[in-house]
Amino acid sequence: MTYDLTFAKEVYQNSEEGHWIKMCMQCGVCAGSCPMGFLGAWKHSPRQIFQMVRAGMRDEVLGSSDMWMCTSCYNCIVRCPRNLPITHIIHGLARYASVEGKADPKQPTHLFAKDIFWENIVATGRVGEAALTMKLYFKDGIGEGIKQGLEMKDAALGMMKAKRLKPLPFRGKIKGYPGFKAMLKKAFELEQQKEGKA
Amino acid sequence: MEKKIGCYICTGCGIGDALDVKALGNIAAKEQKIPVVKNHEFLCGSDGIELIRKDMAAEGVNALVIVGCSHRVKTEEFRLGVTQMDRVDIRDKCLWILNVPEGDETAEEDRQMMAEDYVRIGCVKVKKMNEPHPYVAATPFSKEIMVVGGGIAGLTAALEAARTGYNVLLVEKEEALGGKVARMHKVSPARAPYNKLEENPLPKLLAEVKGNKHIRIVNNTVVQKTVGAPGLFDVTLKGNGGTSVERVGSIIIATGYEPYDPGKLEKRLGYGSSPDIVTSMEFEEMAKSGKILRKSDGKPAKRVAFSLCAGQRDSSHLEYCSGACCTYSLKQALYVIENHPDASAYLIYQEVRTPGQMEDFYRKVQNEGGVFIKGDIQQVSSTPSGLTLEVDDKLLRQKIKMDVDLLVLATGMETTVDTQDPNSASPVGKQVDDLPGSVLNLQYRQGPGLPSLKNNFPDSHFICFPYETRRTGIYVAGPARRPMGIAASCTDAAGAALKAIQVVESVARGAAVHPRAGDLSFPSFREEGCTQCKRCTEECPFGAINEDEKGNPLFNPTRCRRCGTCMGACPQKIISFANYSVDMIGSMLKEMEIPEADDEKPRILVFACENDAIPALDMVGRGRSALSPYIRIIPLRCMGSMSLVWIADAMSKGYDGILLMGCRHGTDYQCHNVRGSALAEIRLSKVSETLDRLQLESDRVKMVEVNIMDAETLPQVINNFVAAISELDPNPYKEF
Repeated sequence: MTYDLTFAKEVYQNSEEGHWIKMCMQCGVCAGSCPMGFLGAWKHSPRQIFQMVRAGMRDEVLGSSDMWMCTSCYNCIVRCPRNLPITHIIHGLARYASVEGKADPKQPTHLFAKDIFWENIVATGRVGEAALTMKLYFKDGIGEGIKQGLEMKDAALGMMKAKRLKPLPFRGKIKGYPGFKAMLKKAFELEQQKEGKA
Repeated sequence: MEKKIGCYICTGCGIGDALDVKALGNIAAKEQKIPVVKNHEFLCGSDGIELIRKDMAAEGVNALVIVGCSHRVKTEEFRLGVTQMDRVDIRDKCLWILNVPEGDETAEEDRQMMAEDYVRIGCVKVKKMNEPHPYVAATPFSKEIMVVGGGIAGLTAALEAARTGYNVLLVEKEEALGGKVARMHKVSPARAPYNKLEENPLPKLLAEVKGNKHIRIVNNTVVQKTVGAPGLFDVTLKGNGGTSVERVGSIIIATGYEPYDPGKLEKRLGYGSSPDIVTSMEFEEMAKSGKILRKSDGKPAKRVAFSLCAGQRDSSHLEYCSGACCTYSLKQALYVIENHPDASAYLIYQEVRTPGQMEDFYRKVQNEGGVFIKGDIQQVSSTPSGLTLEVDDKLLRQKIKMDVDLLVLATGMETTVDTQDPNSASPVGKQVDDLPGSVLNLQYRQGPGLPSLKNNFPDSHFICFPYETRRTGIYVAGPARRPMGIAASCTDAAGAALKAIQVVESVARGAAVHPRAGDLSFPSFREEGCTQCKRCTEECPFGAINEDEKGNPLFNPTRCRRCGTCMGACPQKIISFANYSVDMIGSMLKEMEIPEADDEKPRILVFACENDAIPALDMVGRGRSALSPYIRIIPLRCMGSMSLVWIADAMSKGYDGILLMGCRHGTDYQCHNVRGSALAEIRLSKVSETLDRLQLESDRVKMVEVNIMDAETLPQVINNFVAAISELDPNPYKEF
């Protein structure tokens, strides 16, 4: 049955800023403002995703790659006549999909955010550019990694010359690393609490 | 009393520097034989006004030619209680529209000629004026206001009028007052923050109306027929087993709307196929009784779908949006949501239209969990568990199925006023004593109903006079006038009450209502000259003229708006006003000087409508655009008063071209007198005969539509016409 409100209520409650979705009036300004729309990057515009939430299309929404295409340009937020924080709603949905295990683990943005970037930053407390780049290049296998590395060789050398890229992959931990870890732990606890899992 | 004209020439605002004022004075004094001619450097100042007042007191000056600026400015200053007066504009429409370079003697001479011509025609105009005497009827005028219809709009109108001290006769066809709102549960918000349902305002209003000593309520009664005119309406009321005649001054129609017949809707919406498919009004009654239940089995209705625009914005049903259905469907969605914690309301819409502050209410319903689905219902089928809707969902881009307990159809509003096709100028049948279905059954030459413009709603001048109908003294309020909700109906009713008061007061003074508010003149005619051609009775945009048995016109001065359409229509030129006549304008155009053909100074006569074209020309002046110095502007009350005789006269006098500037006509007309410019255009289409007879090119006469906002493009229109006329040979009649 379409427009069963169970999923909509789930999103309103659990997904960050998700309660705003009911206030969308389907004018389409977000769809027209999204730069990714002109690139044909998404299948469903923000407003369509919102309608799908309202229509109860749980698998289609959470399994969609559309939320992961957001570049956080904030055009939609600026233009929404109903003042919906669309960028944040989209990020909230993406994260909720990930938490619920519905997001495709191979979806590049998802993979990058969840594994590559997160692991990189948690490991030392800072972003290690070389390691990050390498992981990203080699995520699709060795051949693909070498190919991409060669493609970007000149850019990397230029950046090293300008001292914008450290050649060594590991630079050690930041000062006060235990504090950083403690902060992360606390944040994680709070989040679990908020989601009613702790 | 002997007429004594005084001509006062203002030399301020640069007039004295640019023009030879002495020569202008000589035109008035010597050529036009005006007994008192004076100059003043600041005529609209207190000294200037004092000068005029002194002459009025000491010298007996009782008619004025004020030469200076446009009649549209300094109106208060020159309101001297003089009825025979003309404001000759040599500033805005002469000085300011001409480009005269320093030391250019030809241009200076052209400008002086224009100013002199305007002084001439101003003097002629006042000479041709007579003192207008206010119309007094044989029987006394009534100031009582009749309100037809005792619903929310009618009650509000009655109360608003009564609160200002006017007696009101409230006629209701049913036993009980209250109309449709009496059947409603709650109403959508009418005050900030516009997000709460409000209690039905009717009981309080009803108590106030019943307790007001100025309001006479007559129930179980309809209007059988209406004879007369504003101030003098004799209304026959039928009901309670008899008839009676009442004299009233003005009439407010507040008969409301009739919901569109749901039986006419397509089968796909399923009305009639299940008791669980209801109209909004039926649902409202369910909510009022506190039983939002499935009619089929009496179980609670927790899932309710609303089909907005049922049979609306649809060429096979109502073509228009009724404007209120989205709002009342939102209200009803709240009934559903507030009735059960786990209830759902689905609003299936094309576009949600929530005019005014109702956007906030829309947000409220969204926030409360109303589900909005953009799409069309394609099929409704009854199942044991309820109804199954098949919806073409435009946002999900797929056909969906949904189960609901109830389907509510938001059908639109149709007016209850009997209206007439705007294009039929002739009367609709004979006048009959009883015409069931007619709200007023007017005993008017032009038929018993009110003229409409489109969709059968009574016509009103949408921009300037929204409450107007094309029958003076008769105002329509609420959804009888155009579809609207409760709050808008109340505002509308208050507006109509004010108009109804305005008309009874104006009539009592013998004065016109808008657009010529306060004008004391009215048309009179020379009966012996009448050929019973009936053009005046057919063309009057306001149905002001009836006919006697012989076909002579019977004027109803209090119905008249003084547009002069009858005057322009009359082929015998026997209709005139004390201060406006065929002879007056004819004499004015003949008085201007036409240079000889060898001078190569063509003359273009411009007839400009006072309502739109003249203000536009004033704005052209204020913008200092350069117009041709060969034009000569004569303002007309309305293009409808344009007599073809003037065209013939102007051509034989030797004008090279004539430009008529009237208002836009047609469906989006802007003519203040509704049909004036349209009728002028029809008359003008016959002008080629006149021109042929004179052996002149038909291009010499042109009519253009001028909007008040056209100041920017107007100079080009005028100058292009002057250029086109200059291409032609000079008018050969100049020599005669």
